[in-house]
Amino acid sequence: MADISEIQTIEHDVVVIGAGGAGLRAAIECSERGKNTGLVCKSLLGKAHTVMAEGGMAAALANVDHRDHWKVHFRDTMRGGKFLNQWRMAELHAQQAPDRTNELEEWGAVFDRTPNGLISQRNFGGHRYPRLAHVGDRTGLEMIRTLQDYGIHQGFQVHMECTALNLLQDGGRIAGVLAYWRESGRFVIFKAKAVILATGGGGKAWRVTSNSWEYTGDGLAMAYLAGAELMDMEFVQFHPTGMVWPPSVRGTLVTEGVRGDGGVLLNKNNERFMFNYIPERFADETADSEQEANRWLEGDRSARRPPELLTRDVVARAIVAEVQAGRGSPHGGVFLDIASRRPAEFIKKKLPSMYHQFKELAEVDITSQPMEVGPTVHYFMGGIRVDAETQSSTLPGLFACGECAAGLHGANRLGGNSLSDLLVFGRLAGLGAADYVDKLKSMPQIDSDQASQGIKQATDVLNRQTGKNPYLIHEDLQEMMSKQVGIVRQEEDLKQALKELERIHKDVAEVKAHGASQYNPGWHEALDLRNLMIVAEATARACLERQESRGAHTRLDYPGERDEGVSFNVIVRKSERGMEVCREQRSAPPAELERIAHLSIEALEAEVDQEARNA
Amino acid sequence: MSSRRNFRVWRGDRAGGEFSNYAIEVDEGMVVLDAIHRIQAEQAADLAVRWNCKAGKCGSCSVEINGKPKLSCMTRMNSFAPDATISVQPLKAFPVIKDLVSDVSWNYEQNKKIPPFKPRARGADGKHRMLQRDVDRVQEFRKCIECYLCQNVCHILRDHDKKNSFVGPRFMIRLASLEMHPLDSADRLPAIKGEFGSGLCNITRCCTEVCPEHINITDNGIIPLKERVVDRFYDPLLWLACKFFSANRRS
Repeated sequence: MADISEIQTIEHDVVVIGAGGAGLRAAIECSERGKNTGLVCKSLLGKAHTVMAEGGMAAALANVDHRDHWKVHFRDTMRGGKFLNQWRMAELHAQQAPDRTNELEEWGAVFDRTPNGLISQRNFGGHRYPRLAHVGDRTGLEMIRTLQDYGIHQGFQVHMECTALNLLQDGGRIAGVLAYWRESGRFVIFKAKAVILATGGGGKAWRVTSNSWEYTGDGLAMAYLAGAELMDMEFVQFHPTGMVWPPSVRGTLVTEGVRGDGGVLLNKNNERFMFNYIPERFADETADSEQEANRWLEGDRSARRPPELLTRDVVARAIVAEVQAGRGSPHGGVFLDIASRRPAEFIKKKLPSMYHQFKELAEVDITSQPMEVGPTVHYFMGGIRVDAETQSSTLPGLFACGECAAGLHGANRLGGNSLSDLLVFGRLAGLGAADYVDKLKSMPQIDSDQASQGIKQATDVLNRQTGKNPYLIHEDLQEMMSKQVGIVRQEEDLKQALKELERIHKDVAEVKAHGASQYNPGWHEALDLRNLMIVAEATARACLERQESRGAHTRLDYPGERDEGVSFNVIVRKSERGMEVCREQRSAPPAELERIAHLSIEALEAEVDQEARNA
Repeated sequence: MSSRRNFRVWRGDRAGGEFSNYAIEVDEGMVVLDAIHRIQAEQAADLAVRWNCKAGKCGSCSVEINGKPKLSCMTRMNSFAPDATISVQPLKAFPVIKDLVSDVSWNYEQNKKIPPFKPRARGADGKHRMLQRDVDRVQEFRKCIECYLCQNVCHILRDHDKKNSFVGPRFMIRLASLEMHPLDSADRLPAIKGEFGSGLCNITRCCTEVCPEHINITDNGIIPLKERVVDRFYDPLLWLACKFFSANRRS
């Protein structure tokens, strides 16, 4: 065993792991509350995955359509999540998102403006009104840079290019984190009273994904190994529009803003096929002819929304069905056309990075040609199970926010609800952790056995004489997951996935990283495999457990939603026998929230209007 | 349609290094970063390279390709002659850590020195109002992805190593984005002239040429800042007026 007295130790009240929108917002809040805070990021500051968010952040500011209200945002979120969302989280999110958006402006963000100078808002899938505050199609960059430039003056310490390996505990509560510096390959122990995980999802377990290399499910795996519970892991969002050509960029995101700003989906016969895929639940609120959809685009408020703006799960499945029916584009996707819908200048102004991305990577000019798009793994609705008010996990002292936490989005996330999620729940996690630290009576102690065991596991990978290539194991896992745990699932495939995971496990046990520990991507890749395997297994097992089709989870052998499906969440936890999966009954929703969610849109609009008159 | 291509990749660390040769199969549509990853997976597992989004949005994968500073994720293989050997090395203006990764921490130190955004009060209805035409130029600067290619080619930083006297183009446009922000009420002009060294830029526009976001760094950012400095500190009428009023206040 390694002697840990030689290991660098850094002490904080709160350690935040992950420096995207959620982690930065959490760290700002902890500092604000006077806590000595450390922010650990896997990459350089400002490079986290939030930077890639394009379309915008959803908040019922009512700047563009005065009828918008938190209640309508809440209703949209619940319907989009197929009522499996945690009710209280969806309520808090819809209520607080406007304040968080204004706060970002107060910290220097420069959103696109309405003609009278307010924050402009754009249309997006599943949102009743134009609701997404945005900056062209680079809203994530604006958010992360604003938080970064504000955050560096708030007093927390940033630890860049530092990878968290294991959570450390003292008698069933958090005591710190074991991590390593990428540059030197040396280990470091962060001693902390509370840890906030803001590590994002695990899309890198699949081959076609919009996620960057960082998305290896680190937080999910660390929390699971430490005994915290995961929830809703069967709900993996396939974004309907990723690039499909050329192969090296397959999966790279094409923002929903293209459709929000008027883009349409076409099959190879030039048909707007989405009209054939309108689910009953949304039929009343969706246009049923191209004529009506076109009137909506021209700003006619009596026209209903075009079917291209249905929720992501619906659009992604429709694209798969078109391709399978032989009506796809040359490279196995469908066409997304904005060129024939909007003038070139409009496209370049509102979608500059899409214009750029297609021009440079695919040699396609989107102001004159259609794009080719298809589904890509994008987002985990599931994650660490948290308390709605405090974001506390089931392990004392461990908090989670952003994509790595479960609950807000239920079975399917609406576009734009992620960026607002980061800020609303990043802040609440910061408050939750600060309160926890205030109430803590004694300082948790580092258990040197836990730390040295973690160090040994990590260095074994370097020290063994021969072994398997980590890059090839990762590719093997990605191929398998894409094939067996894809957008449409069935029992046979999922059972096969579990079998193959056992096979891949044996390879992971023998993985070998060559070279020294300094800035060694091969070693890093090898260490990520543990986390990817946990995420993959948790997803496959949760998919097996949910015997219905709901939101992003589609079972060929169990088509359609089942009534009992909304009454439970699938929970994954570690047990002595390995990974354990169970159904946990949901408590009855608060009556008022249930009423709002199930009101007809006309009735809710009348209620909100009346409230405004009375005020 | 794959073809065999030759690469020269710089391998080494602070103590020194040299180019190593690799030959790999390159497929249609690949960018230089894809090629680096293939070399990593097949021939050099510990080859260090920094990258994140692979879509030109995060600015992590900056290197010098055939001597030109570029994002490796946005440099397509078909932009080179089919038989050309492609050489890849780390940014020259910053110390190397290992292989293609350089130590850019100096940039983070500069950013911290810049006085933060200081908004004026909100309107009576609790909202800020700004017109789109007034934020257009600030939004241009805020497209910056902090790839530091501009810092890498700036003569003041690269050839003259005046890192203590000039913050470089990246932070000149960050300063411009604050100074031209319609809501900002802080005064950074003395610092722009002083510790940030606006006078050192001799407007060769090399930074503007390499910007992957096509920000007009020199003409829209640095020159207007220089003009503001001149107006404030070198305008003879203003200078006299200041003298006069401050003399008045003293008496």
